[in-house]
Amino acid sequence: MSTQDDKAKEVSADGAAGPIILFFILGLAATLVFGWVIFPKLLYSQKKQPIDFNHILHVEAVEEGCESCHFFREDGSFSGIPKLAQCVECHEDAQGEDPNEVKFVEEYVANGREVPWLVYARQPDCVFFSHAAHVKKAEMDCGTCHGHIGESEHSRVYEENRITGYSRDIWGKNISGLRKHTWERMKMDDCAECHATKEIKTDVETLPWPINWLPRPYEKQTGNQARVKTVKEACFVCHK
Amino acid sequence: MNIGRRSFLSFVIGGAAGTAITPLPWKLIDDSSIWSQNWPWTPVPPDGEYSQVNSVCTLCPGGCGITLRKVDDRVVKIEGMKGHPINDGGLCLMGLSGLQLLYGPTRVKTPLKRVGKRGEGKWEKISWDEAISEVTKKLADIRSNGESHAVGSIVDSESGTVPNLFKRFLTAYGSPNFMTMPSIQDTYGMTLQLMQGVSAQAGFDAENADFILSFGSGIIDGWGSPVRMFKANSAWKANGKKVVQIEPRLSNTAAKSDKWIPIKPGTEAVLALGLANVIITNSLDSKKISRSTGFESFKKLVQNEYSIDKVSKITGINSATIVSLAKNFARASKPLAICGKGQGSIPGSLNEFMAVHALNALVGNINKEGGVWAVTETDYIKWPKLEMDSVAENGMQKERIDGAGSEYPHANSLLNRLAEVINSGDGSLEVIFVSGANPLYSMPDSKAMKTAFDSIPFVVSFSSYMDETADNADLILPNHVYLERYEDVPTLAGLSKPIVGLTRPVVKPQFDTKHVGDVVMLIAKALGGGMADAFPWESYEACLKETLGVKWDVLVEKGFEFNGDKCILEGDFNFYPEAMKSLSNFTPVSAEGSAISYPLILIPYDTIRLANGYIGDPPFAIKAVEDTVLKGKNSCVEINPKTGKELGLTEGRYASLLTPRGKAKVKVHLYEGIMPGIIALPRGLGHTAYDKYLAGKGCNFNELIGPAEDPVSGLDAAWGIRARLTKV
Repeated sequence: MSTQDDKAKEVSADGAAGPIILFFILGLAATLVFGWVIFPKLLYSQKKQPIDFNHILHVEAVEEGCESCHFFREDGSFSGIPKLAQCVECHEDAQGEDPNEVKFVEEYVANGREVPWLVYARQPDCVFFSHAAHVKKAEMDCGTCHGHIGESEHSRVYEENRITGYSRDIWGKNISGLRKHTWERMKMDDCAECHATKEIKTDVETLPWPINWLPRPYEKQTGNQARVKTVKEACFVCHK
Repeated sequence: MNIGRRSFLSFVIGGAAGTAITPLPWKLIDDSSIWSQNWPWTPVPPDGEYSQVNSVCTLCPGGCGITLRKVDDRVVKIEGMKGHPINDGGLCLMGLSGLQLLYGPTRVKTPLKRVGKRGEGKWEKISWDEAISEVTKKLADIRSNGESHAVGSIVDSESGTVPNLFKRFLTAYGSPNFMTMPSIQDTYGMTLQLMQGVSAQAGFDAENADFILSFGSGIIDGWGSPVRMFKANSAWKANGKKVVQIEPRLSNTAAKSDKWIPIKPGTEAVLALGLANVIITNSLDSKKISRSTGFESFKKLVQNEYSIDKVSKITGINSATIVSLAKNFARASKPLAICGKGQGSIPGSLNEFMAVHALNALVGNINKEGGVWAVTETDYIKWPKLEMDSVAENGMQKERIDGAGSEYPHANSLLNRLAEVINSGDGSLEVIFVSGANPLYSMPDSKAMKTAFDSIPFVVSFSSYMDETADNADLILPNHVYLERYEDVPTLAGLSKPIVGLTRPVVKPQFDTKHVGDVVMLIAKALGGGMADAFPWESYEACLKETLGVKWDVLVEKGFEFNGDKCILEGDFNFYPEAMKSLSNFTPVSAEGSAISYPLILIPYDTIRLANGYIGDPPFAIKAVEDTVLKGKNSCVEINPKTGKELGLTEGRYASLLTPRGKAKVKVHLYEGIMPGIIALPRGLGHTAYDKYLAGKGCNFNELIGPAEDPVSGLDAAWGIRARLTKV
């Protein structure tokens, strides 16, 4: 009697369930390995900075800390990575015997060539970012976005995204896009984290009497601190 | 174990599930969107130190202040200078596109000597020393033969140190043939001379006027100082002031005016006199300028010769419109009448200018707020007196080749006559210098001008760009462009307060070019003797600093200074100068050609998007030209649908346009905004030189029209030409 039992037997007789699960797991495992391990290796090319730069050594030697080299210009714009002219102020000739410095002096200073530094934090051109607003006005620490770069002895390997051309630092080292610290990622969401949530950071004066047409709790902004939380026209704060 | 279809599918499903929980798809989506923002053809400004420099735009005579935004050594943007008295932060399309003239492909990069035939485009790069000795040798030969007057120069204007260096050079050399590019300023200057007895320019207090009567002036099409006029126009709109535009075509200015009155082209003077008649007859001239002469004769002229019916018949405007226009104009508290068609590059009929100016005098707004001021520039050029040797004195005794000062005593320069004089064999030149001008493109009947140039044995161009004139020169000594050089820029352009600006080297010269002022001095010094003594300065910069004196520091700091004053009217206003007598039997400047062979009338029009002087449209600007003006590679001819129907022409059809001076293939654009029987073509197209972005687009209006000499001034008064349009 051919019943449902027979059919069930047939299936199990094929021994198909085992391989099906096995192959499912195989496919799953293969892509997991590919996606999590091989893909990041393929996606990013590894580049070395033209000169291995020792931040610790320099910070000890200069007087004004980070700002000695990464300073604000008179008009308030930020100088970013120093130009050759600044380096030459001290390094017209090699000061020590470090092969990196010798290379720097011979290849760049002697020829008047700018060092083609690879910028870990380079943002797309469509992003307007004012260092002054964040560092001077909001008194944020450099490390909040840039991490402990000032405490490095060697330049990190610069990992360049083969598709976008941007540094891996923007997406973050973790390929999953998750991060622990604020400086581990520099995507738009990271900017938005403050800009969408933090309220006005300013001193307010509470008005002595309740006025019904003023918003509660009858506060008047006293400082000239701009709102951090962007609301109306929020896009155009960064995308001019 | 049987690995079959199911196992395979299972593998794929497992793979898909696995992929979905890896970052791969999400990361790829993100990356590809960023990748699409960074395609290599997307322009991205360089990174570096930002700075701003103030300078002056010289792309038109408007004299706008500009602020250049720089990143390190590269200029990345030109903006209008905030607080500048002319343009206060505003800037036109040409001004904004100026960087393409600095970095673009049309620059002449080094001195060039022609090796092929003229216009063939075969050049040899030579050094500056070779170039200057070449010119010097030629000039020395001509001078030793006593032919010094056979050297001429064409520059863009009369004022400023560079034109004056040319003038001084020619005077010291012994030639009176210093010619300038024509404009309405020539006619306005002459009008003020004849009617007010002052040597001054017309300055319009447009901002304070409350009724603007424009006889075809392209208020928002580039007339006067364009950005200033744009701003004035906006202010009129905002404050409810009235603008009446009189012209045969619905231009942008007409479209934005309060009233557009189409008129038969060339009859504007008649309308102005008709309006004067209504004003006088209705005793609306109570505010008339108090001290005047010739009023009775003028009154007799307009009342006898310019009756409303007659004016209506000649101009094609109905009588009621004329009467109400005259009344509204006279009753306004600050009425202002202006003329000079389009952008004002054609000087126009002296009669028309005098008639319009008489209207202003009738309503009493000469030298008044909201009216026309006679303004003069401060002449800060006080150079040591020129010691002329005998050759120079002999040469300067000779008559000018263009007849200015002799045949036409009121004119200073009549470049419009040059081609005819040379081509008819009445005069000849051995050498011509061209600086800041492109006469082979922008003079009416440019083909005749080219023929004339062909017979001049030695043509030297100082152009920074490979324009039509440079292309047909024997030697090009490229000047720095305006963003690379110091130069004073005196600006009148209808301003009620003349201004002088200073262009400055915002970037270092990008190529092996030299300042034209320096080159003129180098040539003079190489010629030696009195020529060298005439230029005691070490360099152009030294000359400029010395000339400007105390102004220099102000100009360096601020970028501009007011330079001149309003003239006080000393004598009487003359309503009826000698030159106006021809109006008693009025024959308007007629369009060339017979009405039988050429049944239509072709007029030009200007638009703010097309440059038609020395500068050709930069690539950004030419992209902004509408496809009703330039379609593909063809200019569009505007034609009234009625006329189109009669000729069997439909929208977008090709047609052949024929005038007594030339022909062109055009596309038909049916347009209700043009009077029947009249067709219009844009000026500023049809370049054969410059770069691939500009050359070969449309046809050059100047190849289709010839100059028409004004009988009194000798200036070009052509407003149109007869034409025939046939299907192709």
